[in-house]
Amino acid sequence: MNIIITIAATALIVLYAGLFKAKKALLPLTLIGLLVALGFVACSWNNPTTYYGMMRMDNFALAFSAIAIIGTFFIFLLTQNYFAEGSDNIAEYFTLILFALSGMIIMVSYQNMSMLFIGLEIMSVSLYILAGIRKLNFASNEASLKYFLMGAFSTGFLLFGITLIYGATGSFDIAIIQNYLVNNVKAVSPLFYPGVILMMIGLCFKVGAAPFHFWVPDVYEGSPSLITTFMSTVVKTAGFAAFLRLFAGAFEPLHDFWMPALMIITIITLCIGNITALYQKNFKRMLTYSSVSHAGYMLFSLIVLTANSASNVLVYAAAYTFATIIAFAILIVVKQKTGNDNFENFNGLGKRNPLTAFALTIAMLSLAGIPLTAGFIGKYVMFLNVMENYQTVLVVIAIVNALIGFYYYFKVIIAMWFKDGSDIILDTPLQYKIVLVLSVIVTLFLGVYPSLILNLI
Amino acid sequence: MELLILIFLPLVGALITSLLKGGSAKVSALGFALISLCVTIGLLTQFTPDATTQFAVNYPWIQQLGINFHAGIDGISMITVILTNVLMPLIILSSFKHEYKNANAFYALILFMQSGLLLVFTALDGFLFYIGWEAALIPIYFICAMWGGKDRIKVNMKFFVYTIAGSLFMLLGIIYLYLQNPAKNFDINAFYALNLDSYQQGWIFWAFFIAFAIKMPIFPFHTWQPDTYTEAPAPGTMLLSGIMLKMGIYGVIRWLLPIVPQGVNDWVCVAMILSVIGIVYASLIAFTQKDAKRLVAYSSIAHVGLISAGIFALSTQGLQGVMVQMLSHGINVIGLFFVLDIISSRLHTNKIEELGGLAKVAPKLAITFLIILLGTVALPGTNGFIGEFLLLFSVYNYNSWLGLIAGLTIIFGAVYMLRMYQKVMLGETNTLTISFTDIKGTEKGVLYTICVLIIVMGVYPKPILHLSEASVQHLLEQVNQKLTGVN
Repeated sequence: MNIIITIAATALIVLYAGLFKAKKALLPLTLIGLLVALGFVACSWNNPTTYYGMMRMDNFALAFSAIAIIGTFFIFLLTQNYFAEGSDNIAEYFTLILFALSGMIIMVSYQNMSMLFIGLEIMSVSLYILAGIRKLNFASNEASLKYFLMGAFSTGFLLFGITLIYGATGSFDIAIIQNYLVNNVKAVSPLFYPGVILMMIGLCFKVGAAPFHFWVPDVYEGSPSLITTFMSTVVKTAGFAAFLRLFAGAFEPLHDFWMPALMIITIITLCIGNITALYQKNFKRMLTYSSVSHAGYMLFSLIVLTANSASNVLVYAAAYTFATIIAFAILIVVKQKTGNDNFENFNGLGKRNPLTAFALTIAMLSLAGIPLTAGFIGKYVMFLNVMENYQTVLVVIAIVNALIGFYYYFKVIIAMWFKDGSDIILDTPLQYKIVLVLSVIVTLFLGVYPSLILNLI
Repeated sequence: MELLILIFLPLVGALITSLLKGGSAKVSALGFALISLCVTIGLLTQFTPDATTQFAVNYPWIQQLGINFHAGIDGISMITVILTNVLMPLIILSSFKHEYKNANAFYALILFMQSGLLLVFTALDGFLFYIGWEAALIPIYFICAMWGGKDRIKVNMKFFVYTIAGSLFMLLGIIYLYLQNPAKNFDINAFYALNLDSYQQGWIFWAFFIAFAIKMPIFPFHTWQPDTYTEAPAPGTMLLSGIMLKMGIYGVIRWLLPIVPQGVNDWVCVAMILSVIGIVYASLIAFTQKDAKRLVAYSSIAHVGLISAGIFALSTQGLQGVMVQMLSHGINVIGLFFVLDIISSRLHTNKIEELGGLAKVAPKLAITFLIILLGTVALPGTNGFIGEFLLLFSVYNYNSWLGLIAGLTIIFGAVYMLRMYQKVMLGETNTLTISFTDIKGTEKGVLYTICVLIIVMGVYPKPILHLSEASVQHLLEQVNQKLTGVN
């Protein structure tokens, strides 16, 4: 609870600071607020508390909160010079991101499905505004509107699902729902099944799994890159945590019912994400589709439910988050220098900017899942997870997709190191350098010694 | 503990070398490669050639996933470790004449790869083996794609995707074995002790075999090889052909035969026939090559085909032949590629037609090239002879027809190699080759060392045979025991 209060309070303080034109104080205030929240996470570790049957701060919730807060922290570090151009309302950006974060903390810790809905809405509404925050930019407006319409639509699905499940069980509490299923596994109310499916569709919308992903490319491309970073890392992770909390927890007794549907979704997500990413000429769009495909890998954890499912998602999400933050940070820097984000702009980048190019190489290797990077461990635990049930066909499909992934991730590496291009020298601000260095260290460290976060929850 | 030094010394060297500027990078790389060689010699003096695993280290690494840092050296590993650490200084020294751009990165990648290779050759934990397998691939990909010829990007992408596709299926096999293992770890001895039925063994056989077959390469998984060899910078070609393909051979011996003997037994004829097809096919193609580097690349496929046929003959002679031939092939092939590199760096061509008469202007090169060539075509008294003799003998014992085909083809191989020599070195000089200068300095050092190794190993191969004999016999006993146990 104190985590949410801290974040929400920070958001308000930042808003007031913005009112008094204290621009310089915004970032330090935000970062301090996030660090305090992180401190609270550390204090509550191994000490699960339930708040009025509404939220439960167990290790699962705390671990995902921590990763969301750290991810947001990094993204705030990247705001240097980013929002300054053409906007006086930086405080609003900060506040909205913080509000979204508090929504996500609720999403990862809900005990009652009404809280899931509230958390999701707090997050989504903030994101609708953030996507369209470049008021005069056509793409940004389009992204915002599209995101809003699709988001509202999917929330509708979710809400219908919640209603049907309430009708079947008479409760919003996920523990009671689970008890109901365990006790009536042979005679579950017929209202329950469509409820599960509708909720699955609603959540698949939110995490961008195919065939409910079609909003993703346009929204991610149209939004300001920093907001895209936020959406494709922190938001996605929170969405998966919410997914897991419900499906690996409350709906677990009905696994045989919803697993086949989810399996098809997973396979479609993997194939569509990877194959479409292969044909992109634009780095940002490639990352967008790659994020769809990573959603597919993360769904693996729900196909075979093991004791480690949640921690596998945590590992994968951590690996994916840090690599994606590196990729987007460099994308922003390159775009500022060259004006667009086509692959050609990365040609020959390695010659003049070896450190930046090195960081991006590590990020791409991690996203591709090459050993000794965090991404490999993430993919490995996912493969292991489904192999426990000998879902060999699924793994073979995943391997083929991983191979396709190598092609497009290596496209960036090839462009940077092996091709000749304009000899641009990037102006990488100090804070960007800090983020890059830290993310590279985390990526390599988790790749070599993942014991630290494996089986954390 | 000594083993950790052996494995991680090149890695430390890579880190240090990557920080150096200009000409000092190559000196540092050579220094680290030589220290590694000294460590190897040190290990060799303490090594007793029996079937036991020595210098073993076993530390928990990722405990939650049952992964240990478990490595050790037996006779078979020892051969490959010697191969790696003897060839590395030669390969680095052979590159001294070239000025590579970003030399620090170049040499750091070579040393990084050395660590990966040593990890592969000593790992006794399935996961560790896989990590080493990939850790050797990434640097060679960068070496070839960054410093290679003009088609390097496309060619190396093919190479990379090919090999990594194979290794992912191998990973699948390793995970499967892990799940079957009641102790839930990747320990090789636990894998040896598993009781899998022949259906499971068949699948695992293919999961592993394809990875190894791509690496070696065995027909029909070889299509990446000639282009990659041709486009790679000379040290890259030497690393690929001299050391890296031995990863596949070693993998078959260590991770395929004893784990799934029944699977091997069921599919051995397919593997054998593919190997022999590879010999014939590669030799025929080699015959028609106009580029000397491609010719050597194809001849390498033929030789490796014979080595893999020798493995699947599953006899002591065969495996002993494989051991010797791994070393000999490594030494000979880097010698050949180095000679071709010397020619192409002076004349900017490797086209056989454009050359001729080099012996007149470069007698020292001519003699060393001849010795290396004779080693390659397995003249008695050179290092190639003993290995090929044992290999052909074992293939003949397995099936006389296959032995005959393989044997004739290898003899046939001598023809195209000698013809190449004749066209390149003998005859009259032309306008291009008249300006050729003889070898000197480091070139001399490398080629003379190789020639000495060829002759010494050819005349007195016993120490090498002795080194691996006990381990090879132990391994075959294990295989036979499991085979009779299943039936």
